[in-house]
Amino acid sequence: MTTTHPDPASPGAGPVLALDEVSIRLGGRQILDRVAFTLAAGEFTGLIGSNGAGKTTLLRIVMGLRSPDAGTVRVGGQPLARRARQIGYVPQKIQIEPDAPLRARDLVALGLDGERLGPRLPSRTRNRQVQEMLEAVDAARFADERVGTLSGGEQQRVLIAHALIGRPRLLLMDEPLANLDLRSGQEIVELTSRVAKEQGVAVLLSAHDINPLLPVMDKVVYLAEGRAACGTTEQVVRSDVLSELYRHPVSVLRVDGRILVVAGSTVTADVLSPVATPSVAAAVGTGVQA
Amino acid sequence: MSGVLSSIFEPGFFSSGPVHAALLTGAVVAAVSGAVGVFTVLRSQSFAGHSLSDLGTLGGSGAFLLGVGPLWGFITAGVVVGGAMDLAGSQRRNSRDVATGIVLGAVLGLSALLLYFDTTSSSTTGVTVTVLFGSLFAVSGFTVPATLAFAGLGLAALALCHRPLLLSSVSGDLAAARGIRVRLLGLVFMIVMGVTVALSSLIVGTILSPALLIGPAATALRLTRRPLAAMGVAAALGAAATWLGILLAYDSYHWPPIGDGWPVSSFVVALIFAAYLLSALRRPGRVLPDNTVNAMTGAV
Amino acid sequence: MFAPFMENTWITASIIAAIAALVGFFVVLRGATFTAHAVPNAAFAGAAGAGLIGVSSLIGLGAFSVGGALLIGVLSRRGRHDAVTALIVALMLGLGALFLSWSTEYAPEIYSLLFGEVLGLSGNDTSLTAILAVACVLILACVYRPLLLSSTLPEVAEARGISAARIDALFLVLVALATTTAVPVVGALLMFSLMIGPPAAARALTKHPAPAMALGVVLALATVWIAIAASYQTNWPIGFFVGVGSAAWYVLARIGAWASSRVRSGHAP
Repeated sequence: MTTTHPDPASPGAGPVLALDEVSIRLGGRQILDRVAFTLAAGEFTGLIGSNGAGKTTLLRIVMGLRSPDAGTVRVGGQPLARRARQIGYVPQKIQIEPDAPLRARDLVALGLDGERLGPRLPSRTRNRQVQEMLEAVDAARFADERVGTLSGGEQQRVLIAHALIGRPRLLLMDEPLANLDLRSGQEIVELTSRVAKEQGVAVLLSAHDINPLLPVMDKVVYLAEGRAACGTTEQVVRSDVLSELYRHPVSVLRVDGRILVVAGSTVTADVLSPVATPSVAAAVGTGVQA
Repeated sequence: MSGVLSSIFEPGFFSSGPVHAALLTGAVVAAVSGAVGVFTVLRSQSFAGHSLSDLGTLGGSGAFLLGVGPLWGFITAGVVVGGAMDLAGSQRRNSRDVATGIVLGAVLGLSALLLYFDTTSSSTTGVTVTVLFGSLFAVSGFTVPATLAFAGLGLAALALCHRPLLLSSVSGDLAAARGIRVRLLGLVFMIVMGVTVALSSLIVGTILSPALLIGPAATALRLTRRPLAAMGVAAALGAAATWLGILLAYDSYHWPPIGDGWPVSSFVVALIFAAYLLSALRRPGRVLPDNTVNAMTGAV
Repeated sequence: MFAPFMENTWITASIIAAIAALVGFFVVLRGATFTAHAVPNAAFAGAAGAGLIGVSSLIGLGAFSVGGALLIGVLSRRGRHDAVTALIVALMLGLGALFLSWSTEYAPEIYSLLFGEVLGLSGNDTSLTAILAVACVLILACVYRPLLLSSTLPEVAEARGISAARIDALFLVLVALATTTAVPVVGALLMFSLMIGPPAAARALTKHPAPAMALGVVLALATVWIAIAASYQTNWPIGFFVGVGSAAWYVLARIGAWASSRVRSGHAP
């Protein structure tokens, strides 16, 4: 079941992504339960939830890698088969050996034509596009290094360039902040938001901590116990909404512009009660002084 | 009744000296291989076991050049290479596999050269077959007690270390936390594997010895989850396959097409494989989620 | 050694080396070292069996290579990758030994099938080898980009509609083709070092995919040419030169790469 809050800002064109009553059961657990939400063009949406909440499963369903038990997914109004071109995907982790002979530049080029058959003919247009994309994500300085030797943050940039160079309508990012330090994470978020706005790409970025996304997020989809609440931050990230979602008392506190989500109710000053139930494992945002 | 028996056991089977030696050494070595193999599989060191036996080829072919029995070449190679492989440590899996492959190529190439010298110098054409595919019926003399002694050593080592070995195979951190010397144990196990592989190379040859190490163990682990039971089952399976293989090889002496007997090692490997297939029928294959990524990285 | 009857050998050997290096580029990229080891060993039984029934060993090799490769692919998706593959390989080797034991030339045949034979291919086989090689190159040219993407970013490729399972099957077929062409000359046991050594050396020396493939081919050609010449002169087995030669290139390349990185960092401001 999803709580959707009215979204006055959506443009006239159809939604880029529309989930309708998507449900799936895995390993005996209801991972997603009638989840429904839409994304409009150019919107930056955070998919927030703790580990095991179903974020990756949801992303895989959107990509068409997994079929839901019930419900439909439409990307740009189209059902599954014709989706591949419209979606860019940035995985959480990649396994490339340090000595694999593939430069950042080569990987981004594959974003343009990686699925085409036949030999690749040299093309100045393509080279120019690749260079522009690399500059847009500020990866030009290591464009000719082996991908396997880049740092986590550098690899993320290259992966974003790879995903966006094909001009998709939707960019999916699976927990990009999980393996990055705070500063790199912030840079990636700002960079993604900037390039996505330039290209008019809708972004769905999954994370377990909402705070790094606050500056750039238009909407949030909060996932817990298989259910989703979606809308703006003000509409969704509230004690009453989240308590309903988790079916357990949850308090949302705002400190210095950052958001803290903790278990327990704020009836007394005992907010950070040591008896917090482990199952209500919402992230605690510590935030960094801007 | 006796007619049936004599058609199963060709005449002379029970009175033949070489057969006695084969039955004895074969069973003991197969049993040790099965038991050690259980740990090999649990520790995901199958590729190491495979490399050990291929590298043992060098020892075997070298031994012939020096006029020594193959067992000593295998044992030396097993101990030295086992120790070296453990001490070389483990870097990233891919580059380690490539490096291992390169070394294997060079060593096998060298073995090819030594085998060439063997055949041209001493004009014993059977050296290649002996080293690569085993010489169970040719085991005699001092080799028998020596083999038994090494097998006994291996079993004793296992009996001594099986609990810390099991714990450290499941989780190195857990074991270290209990004061177990994980690295030392790893080294000891590698050497035990080296000796085991050497012994099974004697029976079925270096190229086929992984089957004796891994086959019964993998089968046993499909049938039971308890390690001690698995060791017992693996040992029994290995010994049974070896005995049956010896019997069939002996019986095949008059079979077509040329009436010279079919190779023992072929029978043993086929039986081991059959046992594994049967065990695979018992439980449906465990299909992992996101199989595609696993297939590519080779992760289990 | 440049006599007319050796012509075929030089041509075939060059073809073999080129194919092995091209396919080997992806073998190393995908970390499929064990597969490269297993498929030629499985093919051994095919060659042995073909010799028995008097068919060209290339056909037997081809059938068992492709069949074995695909079987390994299917099984690796279902269970313990190493254990099952190792057992299949052992079974194939045991079968091969069995087949050869039925022929009258047991020992010498085992030796040449496993370690290579300079004059391993007859005239007819040269054309067949060339056809297989062309097929291999055509396939590679066709699927180069999806194969590259799927080998480096499997999840992303899957999201783009490139089925990892199908790519894997195609890759295994390529390995089988390379195996079929090379085993008669280089030997089943040593063929894999031609698929691993030169490509691994090449990628230590260059960062781009296309130059890496080209360099791999060059190194493989050098290895095979030296091996044939040396084997012809000394009568030593060709597998020895291929195995040791591939290792030598790898070691040299690693040293070269390490040295050049020291020089570069030494001169950094």
